[in-house]
Amino acid sequence: MFLQLIISGLSFGSLYALIALAMVIIYKTSEVPNFGQGEMAMISTFVAYSLLVSYNHSYALSFVGAFLFAAALGAFLEFAFLRRAKDPNILSLILITLGFEMVLYGVASWKWGADQRNLPFPVSDFDIINLGPAVISYLNIATLLITLMLMLLLFLFFRYTKVGIAMKATQQNAMAARINGIRTNRILSMTWAMSSIIGAVAGMLLAPIATLDPNLMLDPLLKGFASAVLGGMTTLVGAALGGYILGIIENLFGGYVSLEFKSIVAFGIIVLVLCFKPSGLFARHYVRKV
Amino acid sequence: MDMKRDYYEDIQLLDSKVLWFWFLMLIAALVTLPFVTPKYYIYMANYMAINVIVTVGLNILVGYTGQISLGHAGFFAIGAYFTVLFMTGLHLPFLLALVLAALVAAFFGFILGLPALRLEGPYLAIATLGFGMAITQVIGRWQLFGGRMGLETPSLMFFGLDLATDTQRYFLIIPITFLMTLGARNLMKTRVGRAFIAIRDSDIAAETMGVNLTLYKTLAFAVSAFYTGIAGGLFAFVLGFISPSTFNFILSIYFLAFVIVGGLGSIFGSIMGGVVMTWLMLELDKVQELPYIGELLISFSENWMSVSGLPNVASIIFGLIIILLVVFEPLGLYGFWIRTKIYWKTWPF
Repeated sequence: MFLQLIISGLSFGSLYALIALAMVIIYKTSEVPNFGQGEMAMISTFVAYSLLVSYNHSYALSFVGAFLFAAALGAFLEFAFLRRAKDPNILSLILITLGFEMVLYGVASWKWGADQRNLPFPVSDFDIINLGPAVISYLNIATLLITLMLMLLLFLFFRYTKVGIAMKATQQNAMAARINGIRTNRILSMTWAMSSIIGAVAGMLLAPIATLDPNLMLDPLLKGFASAVLGGMTTLVGAALGGYILGIIENLFGGYVSLEFKSIVAFGIIVLVLCFKPSGLFARHYVRKV
Repeated sequence: MDMKRDYYEDIQLLDSKVLWFWFLMLIAALVTLPFVTPKYYIYMANYMAINVIVTVGLNILVGYTGQISLGHAGFFAIGAYFTVLFMTGLHLPFLLALVLAALVAAFFGFILGLPALRLEGPYLAIATLGFGMAITQVIGRWQLFGGRMGLETPSLMFFGLDLATDTQRYFLIIPITFLMTLGARNLMKTRVGRAFIAIRDSDIAAETMGVNLTLYKTLAFAVSAFYTGIAGGLFAFVLGFISPSTFNFILSIYFLAFVIVGGLGSIFGSIMGGVVMTWLMLELDKVQELPYIGELLISFSENWMSVSGLPNVASIIFGLIIILLVVFEPLGLYGFWIRTKIYWKTWPF
């Protein structure tokens, strides 16, 4: 049972890690935690569903279409709203992202209604392999592999491509980046687009397990956010590790202690960790100088 | 608008005879409102009053002290549930139960304020968010609180009178709202209020000037939770029935939206924000019934979207209002009011 809990914890942890990654990418460049992340992912998943079911395209086309939509949505949101904010204090920015969340939730609920649907997925959740006393489904394996692959891609992207290095430069010192010829506005839009795509991947991996309705991402968003905070909102690796740790701890708690209060322990742990390490487990704590 | 020359002038509620006149007019209007309007508007007025109390409380925390709280639905829930429990379980009279429940909420606010001493920005947001969710989950699962079915509120016995109709409750809720708003406004003019404002502007500088950060930050959370607790207790009676699903994350966001729309850091703004947004919330629930726009929306829904989801237009409009106000007018409705006033007073310059 322990092994089973660990395996499903890793699988959910991958989802939380993906959401946390998307969150941290935006936080590092735009200095705002994106509360609209979940709804952006949810709408992209619905677009994939529409393309697959209503228009009967192939899997590849639908998923690529959904990714393009997600990228466009992210870039549009950054361009239209976040950039125009006159008063860039953290509360205003958080409220703008919360506003996105409400708008997107309303649009999705309006267009697709509250019926629960099933996203057809090339990898099924029901074919399982036996690993000793535990079972692992194909979907879990796919989730883990895709997450690891994405993290590897992100690592390579940030280290070896010009755009990635430009993103890191923008995050570290926007003014110096502009002096060096980097178009920071374009980089910000690209950051949002990238983060939105990662969120869409998380949404599409979650949809076969949970039912596809507008409330799909409400809970995972909070868990993903919590794991980003747990791992440290300024490090990508930390956020991903935070996701896995949260997934495993949550599942172990749910299995051994109490299934009902599973979510509460997640937040309880976060608050506890934040009391001792205010910037998260893996991040360096920046002390504000006067 | 005018310069205050000493402390006595600063703390005066009404500066001139004209303002006194309008103030008495307001009180007269509030008193006569139930006799001239249909019953539904009295329910709306009760709801508005409750939201005004919450907004004022949250503004103390967010607007005046500069902290973030995404968990105020939790304090709202604590106020509601504990009032009902004190009245049904311990058979306490209404006012005592209300105040005790609000004190319980204030205690939890104090506890939430303790991690807030070390956290700021998104970390504080997450901690408060987690707290709000934890409260809702615990209340939802514990049988003492009625579990998922919720609790039914008892009849409101106030000094022997049974306040059963909306009008009678109105005459209880409006004075309470009035007192609490006045209290908040006066609190902000004392040294406690000035300590809060100092913490918002720069807490390091405030600490060097001798403001005890620990005391005042936790006090801000506790006071804000007290206000929200009182509002929650009154809400239980306005609604008649409380269940855990009403106190969700979306409610916390709505509270924050009320504060932002009204204007951060201003009591008058909180009142405006609470009233306007409550009206909007209640009206948008029936968006199909608007004269022209309703039919337009329904035909649009039938062609492109699902008709059953039409009430979600409320969510879209709310979100758009929040975004547009934050982007274009950070000071909210109070900002519009002040700018209009300044333009009027200084015309033609």
